[in-house]
Amino acid sequence: MADITFLMLIFFLVTTTMDQDTGLSRRLPPMPTESQQQDAVNQRINRRNIIVVKINSRNSLMAGGQVLDVSQLKDVIKDFLTNPTDSPNKPEKEVKAIEGFGNYPVSKGVISLQNDRGTSYNAYIKVQNELVRAISELRDDFALAHFGKRYLNLDEEQQRITRDAIPSNISEAEPVEVGKR
Amino acid sequence: MATFSRKGKKELPALSTASMPDIIFMMLIFFMVTTKMRDTEKLVMVKVPEATEAAKLERKDLASYINVGTPILSLQSQYGTEPRIQLNDSFKTVKDIRDFIASERETMSEEERSFMTVSIKADENVRMGIITDIKQELRRCSALKIMYAARKPSTSNL
Repeated sequence: MADITFLMLIFFLVTTTMDQDTGLSRRLPPMPTESQQQDAVNQRINRRNIIVVKINSRNSLMAGGQVLDVSQLKDVIKDFLTNPTDSPNKPEKEVKAIEGFGNYPVSKGVISLQNDRGTSYNAYIKVQNELVRAISELRDDFALAHFGKRYLNLDEEQQRITRDAIPSNISEAEPVEVGKR
Repeated sequence: MATFSRKGKKELPALSTASMPDIIFMMLIFFMVTTKMRDTEKLVMVKVPEATEAAKLERKDLASYINVGTPILSLQSQYGTEPRIQLNDSFKTVKDIRDFIASERETMSEEERSFMTVSIKADENVRMGIITDIKQELRRCSALKIMYAARKPSTSNL
């Protein structure tokens, strides 16, 4: 019997894959209907609340009208979303009542990510990663300031409060041709 | 004179192997439980990009995979080196994603469907054009939960 079990053990040892699936989760916006498309043109979001991040076909990056390196993007995004100096060119804050927490000025900032068809996937993921990092650092800051723990160590209720206070508004807008040659 | 005589030389007793089957059996059961058989054969070469913020996929059983990359070497003579989409076991085009998503939905129970995640496993060298097409098609099928497969860099600099 031991022989048979040993054989089976070796079989399963060889076939087992221990790889875990990791990645960046995103939620796509639903496809707009014809009438909604019209609405979208009419009610544009206030310009100061949008930062446009563009990647062209040569993988150069531009955010909010400046040419940047990927390493600088995180700080630009953090500065944009927090707007520490209440500059009129950066997003407004809306005081929202968060259930179980109280009032908190929530930034209305939206990050709009645009890419070209020729952008390499690697560059795109690098930028996505920086955006996620900026938001998760802001959430960590909030969590440390109010709960004294990092975001990942909070319980579910506290995580929800943090998510409400620092929303992740990344829009992967309709495909547009950026930087056509 | 009374002496205690030692019988023979000091020898190491033979290692008991009686517990070996138990150990093997335990390992066997462990591997049987953790194994997930690979159900599809890879037809495209995929090396997913690195991302430090990559998070674990929560419900692996509710995930569908879209592989994008250049065909494997043995198929390149037939299909060329342009990046292609692989769904299940064959090369497909963007138009076939709709049927693929529909059939994946069929296999899930009613309440699980809203948690379905589509994992896009794309090679780091593909262009965004093909990815954008996939994303637009997924939006049309209202499969909105997606994940860009990425791996954590092996050497963390934290």
